[in-house]
Amino acid sequence: MGTISFIKMRWYYLALLCIFLLFPLIVTNRYLVLVAIMSTISAVAAASMNLILGYTGQFSLAQAGFFGIGAYGVAILTTHGVSFWLALPVSVLVAAAVGLLIGLVTLRMRGAYFAIATMCFGVIVVIVAGAWINLTGGYTGINLIPKPNPIPLPFMGQINFSSQIAQYYLVLACLLLTLFVMYRLVFSLKGLSLMAVRDNELLAEAVGVNTFAAKLLSFVVATVFTALVGGVYASLMGTLTPDAASLNLTFDWIIYVFLGGVASLAGPVIGTYAITFLMEYLQALADYRLIVFGVILILVITYLPRGMVGVWDDLVRKVRVFRASPPSGTVAAPADRDPEGGRI
Amino acid sequence: MMGSTFAIVALGLTLVFGILRIPNFAHGQLYMLGGYVTYAALVSYGFGYWPAVAASTAVLALTGIVVERLAFRPLRNQSQINSFISAIGVMMILENGVVVLWGPQGHLVPQPYPGTITIFGIITSYQRLLVIVVAVGLIIALNLFIKKTIFGAAIEAVAQNREGAALMGININRVSAATFAISAAAAGVAASLLAPIFLVSPGMGDMLGMEAFVIVILGGLGSIPGAILGGYILGLIEVLGGGYISADYKDVFAFGALVLVLAFKPTGLFGREEG
Repeated sequence: MGTISFIKMRWYYLALLCIFLLFPLIVTNRYLVLVAIMSTISAVAAASMNLILGYTGQFSLAQAGFFGIGAYGVAILTTHGVSFWLALPVSVLVAAAVGLLIGLVTLRMRGAYFAIATMCFGVIVVIVAGAWINLTGGYTGINLIPKPNPIPLPFMGQINFSSQIAQYYLVLACLLLTLFVMYRLVFSLKGLSLMAVRDNELLAEAVGVNTFAAKLLSFVVATVFTALVGGVYASLMGTLTPDAASLNLTFDWIIYVFLGGVASLAGPVIGTYAITFLMEYLQALADYRLIVFGVILILVITYLPRGMVGVWDDLVRKVRVFRASPPSGTVAAPADRDPEGGRI
Repeated sequence: MMGSTFAIVALGLTLVFGILRIPNFAHGQLYMLGGYVTYAALVSYGFGYWPAVAASTAVLALTGIVVERLAFRPLRNQSQINSFISAIGVMMILENGVVVLWGPQGHLVPQPYPGTITIFGIITSYQRLLVIVVAVGLIIALNLFIKKTIFGAAIEAVAQNREGAALMGININRVSAATFAISAAAAGVAASLLAPIFLVSPGMGDMLGMEAFVIVILGGLGSIPGAILGGYILGLIEVLGGGYISADYKDVFAFGALVLVLAFKPTGLFGREEG
């Protein structure tokens, strides 16, 4: 697909991208930027969750556990003097190894069983984090985690991560990296196998797709990015407790994904920002936050299973059909030409 | 005693999960609601203990019906994952609702039968004994209900073949609602029994809900004897493991055991193959 037509088709995404890139330079309210940073972290987690959930159709509840592993890895290593830029890849590798192991064990199970097994794993991580006091500081957690070490730039001094702007761009970079990798994965042959697994696993097997390998791949990739952003979270936050691996985080991300739109690249990101910023403005409802979330979740899954992105798509499609239909109202309307070749 | 509690809660869950194929993640929260209703009835409204238990059962049964109707019935024909997510929504609503109404702190529920008794050299409180007695009674009652009554037969029919049951004139909606009501009510009774022993708090259902899933899967979906057996076994594992090996990691045993079992037998110990 040519670049120009691509841009014409997806101009709204480019607009969004520009907003994201320029955000901290325009907005001076420090609190808002902090919210944006946190949202971006959640967005990465939600997006990688979407890879297993939306594209491969497996309901994994272990994501927060990997977030925690990434976070604790960085926390433990950096508080013992290791540079952040070394600690991060190491933690991610550890998380990936664990992910591989867990995936090997659990991906043989279907549906609800898989969900429950991954949930158990997630809970085990929280319990271990809380109980292994020598390593993780128990339930009081680890404090004084240093920010990422400054990166020296060739001619311009260094990027110091005490500045909020630098932090913002760091997490934004993570998000863009995650989205880019997911984009390349999803729009490739491998991506098609993932969706085949989601849509009809038995048929995919029968046709020769190695479903286990596909599931394992998406599981580990999701783990990698979740752990990555977990490590960044630990460093930016400065303190870490077992809550960072708690199941509630996973549930939050599930909501972001479903509200924004399962099985779309932008969905989780949109969902995350929509909800986090909405919640900030609705501080008065803070006590009722979970009730609202719960109701939203049930309503969305019942009536809007494709989330906000789905609603937007339907609107765009209706507009297109409307524009393309012949003015004299002949009987046969042209088939809904979807030049993108199927919205994925 | 913990085994009995697990058994009742697991029983409720296996009914819903095994028969209606609804993974009611919110089951732990229903249990918690039962605890709170008992507390409210006892403390705020001055009920006696047994009327409070009855109130909790009734409220829970009603809640079960509402939840089934709103959160699960519309998703009946879709994949289980959607029901799972809906259950998460219910979970949030219940847990937050309880916090809004009664505050995030725990509440103490007065003991109806304070005092201890010594049996065979074991000192135990009356309340704990009560839990066991009532639990066993409830299990027997439920078993008789399912096996001996027409309605119980209807429930089993729906479990075996939904369309067939409908063709035979069984009202699936009513069976679903009733099953859910029974499941919720059972959880409510369990909570009422346990409330005087432990605090009533918003988190009381979290672990229990997850452990109930562990039991149900280990014992086999829809298998009532499996759930009961599993409940008692898990109770034993937790208490013994916690006492002898390590108290901190006691939950890990249960969950770890589950992951292991599922790794080798992806549909549970006594589970049926689900297509």
